[in-house]
Amino acid sequence: MSSSPGSVDTRSLLQDSDLTKAQELVYELVVRQVMTTPVVSVQPDQTMHELGEKLRAAGIAGAPVVEQGELIGIVSMNDLINALERGSRDDPVRQWMTIDILTVREDDSVIEAVKAFASRPVGRIPVVSAQGSLVGIVTGGDITRGLVRALDLDHRSDEVSHYRASHIFQDISSHDTSLTLRYTVSPRDFSHSGEASAKVKRALQRLGGRPEAVRRVAVACYEAEMNLVIHTDAGGEVLVEVRPDRVSITTTDAGPGISDIESALEAGFSTAPDWIRDLGFGAGMGLENIRRCSDEFSLRSEVGSGTKLVAVVYLGQGNRLGRAPRS
Amino acid sequence: MKQEGTLTVREVAEGLGLRVFAAEAASLDRPVLGGYCGDLLSCAMAGARSGQVWVTLQAHRNVVAVATLTDVACVIITEGAQPDPETVQTAERENVALLGSDRGSFAVVAGLIRLGVPA
Repeated sequence: MSSSPGSVDTRSLLQDSDLTKAQELVYELVVRQVMTTPVVSVQPDQTMHELGEKLRAAGIAGAPVVEQGELIGIVSMNDLINALERGSRDDPVRQWMTIDILTVREDDSVIEAVKAFASRPVGRIPVVSAQGSLVGIVTGGDITRGLVRALDLDHRSDEVSHYRASHIFQDISSHDTSLTLRYTVSPRDFSHSGEASAKVKRALQRLGGRPEAVRRVAVACYEAEMNLVIHTDAGGEVLVEVRPDRVSITTTDAGPGISDIESALEAGFSTAPDWIRDLGFGAGMGLENIRRCSDEFSLRSEVGSGTKLVAVVYLGQGNRLGRAPRS
Repeated sequence: MKQEGTLTVREVAEGLGLRVFAAEAASLDRPVLGGYCGDLLSCAMAGARSGQVWVTLQAHRNVVAVATLTDVACVIITEGAQPDPETVQTAERENVALLGSDRGSFAVVAGLIRLGVPA
């Protein structure tokens, strides 16, 4: 396939070294952005002759076969030539189509399509939705055109730049790369409370974090942030250290400190005054929520000098940050 | 986005005659996959799931923060409580659909069940 017109050189796109802009974009773009739609499809009961007419009229070299809205195969110009050579122009498409088909999902990264093209000598791959219905088709030419479009800075959409941050851990290499986010939190400031957590959540999404892991970090971070807002005399600091495999949240404050840590850690234990409860806080579930969302948890406090809370969330195997988003 | 048999935020808002305080067109088209009811934010943080409707009588700005972090499809503020302009602004900025009803949480939940929101 590497010699077919309009195809991409998939080998060069799969090499890790010498990261080019095109290689970067192939991770950032999703199939939906490059695919052709609507799809010209054929029905299994149409003849190979009719298929030929259809391909010629549309100027394409193959088409998915759809029966009652369901993708059941794919048929190409090659199949047509073989059928004509055998004098089988009146055979139904069903007899010549390929049933064992490769598909990609519309929200897959384009790299998935590139890998699929590299795995088998096919010219086109049907694109399906999360529900499995046919929504488009992608060829090597589509990918090339999509890349050229994306390289044109004027066409750079927000969506593309949105994913850019997800490569920071791939691009910058060290023995231990981490990203530190620091927020200061004011006491009793309910009009800005929760903002640090919202920013942390957005940062992790931009870094390519999976929703489940992002949620755990966001919940732990929010509860820790609210503790600074509700309970401290002078506010404190939220420090979030992001590594490819884990996120550590550390909050520190200068008091008043917790007099009875054991009770404080009990679910439902609350020292919140009524006005705090009226705002919906003070359920006594804050520390419990942090502990439940994190894999490592520690709380040290001294009355009069302050409190330090550390919560670490492991992102888990196959969930590392800095990889291209996959479905 | 919409799956068959799933109600959207818009259909819920119309079906229950809710006030719309804040909502982008896109957020009105989100499917409602279930619900959570409660007024303690930490409990909502722990219990509400992405795509659910959250029914609460709280109307202050932290509701928007919790809605953003839990990624609920929409919030229904009950008992006629009125979010202040700053809260509405935050909801608009964060793309949170903020709806309201004069009825109590119990009646709103009953209405949601009648509409077909899965319990």
